[in-house]
Amino acid sequence: MTEPDTLSIDINGYPTRVWRKGSGPKIGFLAGYGGLPRWIPFLDRLAETRTVIVPSLPGFPGGDRGHSVLDSHLDWLLAVRDLIDRADLAGADLVGSSVGGSFAAEMAAVWPDKVKRLALIAPFGLFDAQTPATDPWAQKQDDVAGLMTARPEIYQALKQIPPGANSIEWPIEQTRAAEAAARIFWPLGNTRLERRLPLIKAPTLILWGAEDRLLPKSYAGVVVGAIGAKAQSRIIAGAGHLAELDKPDDVAAAIVNFMS
Amino acid sequence: MQFLWFHLMPYKELPEDFKAKHPSVWVDIHSSLFDPARAHHMYNEFLDELEFAAACGFDAICCNEHHSNGYGLMPSPNLIAAALARRTTDTAICVLGNSLALYNPPTRVAEEFAMIDCISGGRLIAGFPVGTPMDTTYAYGSNPSHLRDRYYEAHDLVLRAWTEKETFAFNGRYNQQRYVNIWPRPIQRPHPPIWIPGAGSVETWRWAAEMDYVFCYLSYYGYKMAQNVMQGFWQEMARLGKDRNPYRAGFAQVVGVAESRQQALDLYSGPAEYFYGRCLHVDPRFAAPPGYVTEATQRAGIESQVKLAAEGKGGSGPATNASSATKMQSLARDMKNIVANGYVIVGSPDDVTEQLHELATTLNIGQLMLLMQFGNLSSELTKYNTRLFAEKVMPKLKGLFADWENRWWPRPLEQPQRAMLPAFRPQPAAH
Repeated sequence: MTEPDTLSIDINGYPTRVWRKGSGPKIGFLAGYGGLPRWIPFLDRLAETRTVIVPSLPGFPGGDRGHSVLDSHLDWLLAVRDLIDRADLAGADLVGSSVGGSFAAEMAAVWPDKVKRLALIAPFGLFDAQTPATDPWAQKQDDVAGLMTARPEIYQALKQIPPGANSIEWPIEQTRAAEAAARIFWPLGNTRLERRLPLIKAPTLILWGAEDRLLPKSYAGVVVGAIGAKAQSRIIAGAGHLAELDKPDDVAAAIVNFMS
Repeated sequence: MQFLWFHLMPYKELPEDFKAKHPSVWVDIHSSLFDPARAHHMYNEFLDELEFAAACGFDAICCNEHHSNGYGLMPSPNLIAAALARRTTDTAICVLGNSLALYNPPTRVAEEFAMIDCISGGRLIAGFPVGTPMDTTYAYGSNPSHLRDRYYEAHDLVLRAWTEKETFAFNGRYNQQRYVNIWPRPIQRPHPPIWIPGAGSVETWRWAAEMDYVFCYLSYYGYKMAQNVMQGFWQEMARLGKDRNPYRAGFAQVVGVAESRQQALDLYSGPAEYFYGRCLHVDPRFAAPPGYVTEATQRAGIESQVKLAAEGKGGSGPATNASSATKMQSLARDMKNIVANGYVIVGSPDDVTEQLHELATTLNIGQLMLLMQFGNLSSELTKYNTRLFAEKVMPKLKGLFADWENRWWPRPLEQPQRAMLPAFRPQPAAH
């Protein structure tokens, strides 16, 4: 695993990290709950055949305090649109997981020209009172990892402070990521995304971890149903909510196949 | 020194195995534990106790706001304050307070507080807490990432609603109202004294100082544990060029007084263990909604932990910056340790006087809030505790801080201007 190139772009006055690696047609990735405090193997798999571009969402690791000026849903969507444009992703294929999956779906729905083909990994944005999503913000700290990945140690390793990192700022940055997600999705995760899904024009692949303990698998059917014939879904065995962390090879292969 | 008699209004009949069988007293406490017919009696006893405290000569009676909470049966403290306004005459009524960000629109707070001020003849102390995570973000679903900004904006709106003479438009980030013009308006001018309950947040201290409000540290863990927080507060006041007027600060303390120390232990151990064991039992998953604690306060907390670790000092007791629910995880729950850790002050009148003197002088506290009904303490014992304190303890401490002016106390109408309250006689229900 080699490190990506790191660029910085300005979003609403906040310096925002963009990772870039590989060659070939561009593919964007919007990260899930907790964000990406470090590069992950899944992105390397994509970079084998594609130019992977990973802009940080506002308030997520690499996204500074960009969330703090976003008050409404529209504020968030415009910030992410800006992110897509400035990261040179307009019109490219787009992948989003979890929180990032919700934004990827919104981009494809509201600005169809921005997204060529779409892959969503267990996107936020829906809530069904009959099969409620788990509350990620009301957990004992030690229990969060088990909600995010099938094997908790994988999420723990993602969040582990690297040698030499600032021991005060690192934990604050991880809490900030949870806050940024809360800022738009509190308290139920329901942004009524379902109403906008029918606007998606891009071919769409929905992936869901078979062991997602945060968002019920039944939501996959709701998402596919709302998007219609352009969408297909696939369950990833052995994966939790952030399937790309548990099963990087399987998730990357499914996406690359779908988008070639 | 001012003495404020503070009621939390705990549900008094939580089962003995509550802590073992139930995850939390707060947020998702089970409805089957609540018996409205029993609560009828509890509320009426609690109101009696508050009125009794007023009759005993306490300077103020206090209530506060909690939601989905088995130890605080006051989702609306304003209802309680309204009832008290009609059954007391000279005692200040301290509502500590209304969690501003939870009211939509927040002018509701300006209106209700103005009503209480008018009904009581200008006796209201207006408390504005942010509110705990359990109350605000979980029970009320308020977004933790927006909560503080909403709170500050709501404060600005309420203050303008109280003070501006003309109808105005409020164009806020969270609140937009074309016509702000509250009726009624508070008796106290420019507005009732404002008190801010809080904990170890430097930002809250600075803001209270800047606005010239009282800062109240509502800890359940006694004055020994409060030294760090209050030292930090007074250092910050010094840094900001504010004087050490002890009336700038309030502190809550659980107190049980009896004829002797042994008698006090005999009378109050059970209720204290009920309070610390059953009432302060909160599921840690409700401890830390992200964004509730500001990054500056997180930073200060981590830095102080790092510093303590570097000096080889482990924390004794809950960390200053830990959230309220986190603190509750490591509490002493048996009377020996409850007393040893100084959570409660129990003893003879002389013992209690001595310890409260130490509390007041070491923390530099002029507004002392006394929790004299706690846990399942019976109404009879609550009144005994209250009366004995008023007779034997209060007079000895009353003169403390006499050199300072309490600029944060209600200024009611002069006596001749006040309404006469009718004598109250219970009437049997009509059939």
